Amino acid sequence: MTRKQKRLAIIGGAVGFLAVATGLTLYALRQQTSYFYMPGDLEERPVAAGQRIRLGGLVEKGSILRGDDTHVRFAVTDGATSVMVTYSGILPDLFREEQGVVTEGSFNADHVFVADSVLAKHDENYMPKEVANSLKEKGVWQEN
Amino acid sequence: MNIELGHFALVLAFALAVVQTCVPIIGGRMRSELLMRVGEPAAITGFALIALSFATLVLAYVQSDFSVLNVWENSHAAKPLLFKITGTWGNHEGSMLLWVLILSFFGALVAVFGRNLPLSLRANVLGVQGAIGCAFLLFILVTSNPFTRLSPAPMQGKDLNPILQDIGLAVHPPLLYLGYVGFSIAFSFAIAALIEGRIDAAWARWVRPWTLAAWMFLTGGIAMGSYWAYYELGWGGFWFWDPVENASLLPWLGGTALLHSALVMEKRSALKIWTVLLAILTFSLSLLGTFLVRSGVLTSVHAFATDPARGVFILAILVLFIGGSLALFAWRAASLSAGGLFQPISREGALVLNNLLLTTATATVLIGTLYPLLIEAVIGDKISVGPPFFNLTFGPLMLPLLVIVPFGPLLAWKRADLWAAAQRLFAAFGAALLVALLSYALVDQASVLAALGIGLGVWLVLGALTDLVFKSGLGKVPAAVAWRRLAGLPRSVFGTALAHSGLGLTMIGIVSVTALQAERIVAMQPGDTVEIRGHVLRFDSLRPFTGPNYTEDQALFVLTRTTGAERGTIVSSKRLYPARQMPTTEAGIKTLGLSQLYVSLGDKTPSGSLVVRIWWKPLVTLIWLGALVMMAGGAVSLLDRRLRVGAPMPRKAMAAAARGGNA
Repeated sequence: MTRKQKRLAIIGGAVGFLAVATGLTLYALRQQTSYFYMPGDLEERPVAAGQRIRLGGLVEKGSILRGDDTHVRFAVTDGATSVMVTYSGILPDLFREEQGVVTEGSFNADHVFVADSVLAKHDENYMPKEVANSLKEKGVWQEN
Repeated sequence: MNIELGHFALVLAFALAVVQTCVPIIGGRMRSELLMRVGEPAAITGFALIALSFATLVLAYVQSDFSVLNVWENSHAAKPLLFKITGTWGNHEGSMLLWVLILSFFGALVAVFGRNLPLSLRANVLGVQGAIGCAFLLFILVTSNPFTRLSPAPMQGKDLNPILQDIGLAVHPPLLYLGYVGFSIAFSFAIAALIEGRIDAAWARWVRPWTLAAWMFLTGGIAMGSYWAYYELGWGGFWFWDPVENASLLPWLGGTALLHSALVMEKRSALKIWTVLLAILTFSLSLLGTFLVRSGVLTSVHAFATDPARGVFILAILVLFIGGSLALFAWRAASLSAGGLFQPISREGALVLNNLLLTTATATVLIGTLYPLLIEAVIGDKISVGPPFFNLTFGPLMLPLLVIVPFGPLLAWKRADLWAAAQRLFAAFGAALLVALLSYALVDQASVLAALGIGLGVWLVLGALTDLVFKSGLGKVPAAVAWRRLAGLPRSVFGTALAHSGLGLTMIGIVSVTALQAERIVAMQPGDTVEIRGHVLRFDSLRPFTGPNYTEDQALFVLTRTTGAERGTIVSSKRLYPARQMPTTEAGIKTLGLSQLYVSLGDKTPSGSLVVRIWWKPLVTLIWLGALVMMAGGAVSLLDRRLRVGAPMPRKAMAAAARGGNA
């Protein structure tokens, strides 16, 4: 091979490889991203059962219902609308009533949100950012 | 009084950094030896001043001086001494101060150990280091001053976030910063080369040890961070593809690519321009990581406080340094001479492929990390890109790289015989295949993919050792001769073998835990037992315990094998830190061989039993042991004579450098 051919081969290989990588990335971005919703958003933009989303808001007061096994039910609210969530597992340390929470999962056929992960804040100053911003937009946020 | 001294020292350090930036670089342009020599004392004194400033802050923490705002916000008199000290950098201001301390430390190291560098190169390197120092010192002084006073001084502090009250805080951030900031040296060398318009193999020889050291620390920092998250957060995960983790992985990937391309440049004078670009990109990724973590655009454990002014300031630094250096690169790169030629099948060819795969993988991680920020900024939609994205992109890109790693060291420079290398690897391949088959046949839960993954890890480890076997002639020559040859091999050969096998060990650990772990979530009463993977865990009792600054409920578990043999006890607890009224979960972890049993407590159910989450994590410790082996590889390589004894230069280049320096 001449120098030119060699260079072309290397560049060709690199371009082909980058094309594969780009394809993978675009495919993954279409399939594997999940959108963030507050309970109120669900009325404007309904979500099909089974579609993965992240649902955030405040844990509604008095809504936490612990089963005798590891199942927990609670409602996530943005002050106006609330959504029932079920979760099986250990809740974060700072999971409390009227605290910000982000859950990830999907709706089942009965419109109950089945979460497979629940995130709460890391310390008392910290609230999941999406939740804080959305609550501020809705005007129910209180600075303390 | 002390605190004002620290503040004053920091202001002085800033002024000195301005001098360090301007004078040596201008001296380089004017060819004035006197001006160029200003860089060294400036760098060393600058380090001393920042160290003094840092020491005063540490002292304020140790003495619990709550008249200092930063101490009041992040400390408490009842906190154990170790956490008082580490708390210094467990907050935004203090951690930025640690950042510049380490930056100036590296600058001082160049000034002290760079005496054999050509004068103009050293002057320019120190000048660029000074410029980075300037930017971040100004950032601290203007937006993140840790020395602000509080009047009247409160009696008690607000305490450090309990999650951070751990030995991990003493190790993880300093190691991580040594890595992040260590790449600034490679960056400064790259910029200096572009300013001078001259670059040669000796340049790569100077850059490599710095990059290697930074890479080593970053490896340790990431591994420590991963283990810390694993045992402290109580979720049993070792990597979450959290943007903040990605921020540390990105420069690691870039640095790994840089290490390998600098090798080609040093040995074969090829890939010069590419190496310079990689050096710039790697540190740019470090800066980007600092921006992501410190600006508050992300939410995570690391986002201590969010203040928009800080984000804008760091963004400005980011634009200035990344944009400036890339512009300089575009302008000057053409003036650097192109490198030598090589066949595609050769050591160089393999290293080019390594670089191609690594940089592409870096790009996918970068896209996955920045995409949500971009979408939110442009469209306003809030999306998240989680593990599935990275598994689908980063995974397939890394796999071919892992497959070819053992070939690299076996290929000759310039022109190699792929078939000969493959023949040498037959034994390793056979063994790896055997392990894969055995794990598929013998382990219940193993899927084909998991078995292949474990086989791939074994392939990496044995492939790395194969190189040593053939270089020493083991099995072909008498053992004594082989031993002598092995002892006579350059240390860098051992370094390579160690680093590559460490990668294999980490791979085995990751695959094993991901595919083979077992999980139980059960509600337990004292006396209840639960069985998991040949082990029986009995919940013995729940007892209260009072620590120095917390109270906790400790659950005591007794572990036995299903055969009845005692395997010891596990204590897992729920802690409450009264200063912040914050509960934490302290996982109970029992290491059995290379595997671990992980017990984490949840809430009480209405009937009074305790929700307990138990994982069997097979071979999990290999993930971090592999990282330690990689670090050891870096350390051994760093001890190589070639890097230790100054950088010998061809006589002609030496004469040219001397002329350049003295003219």
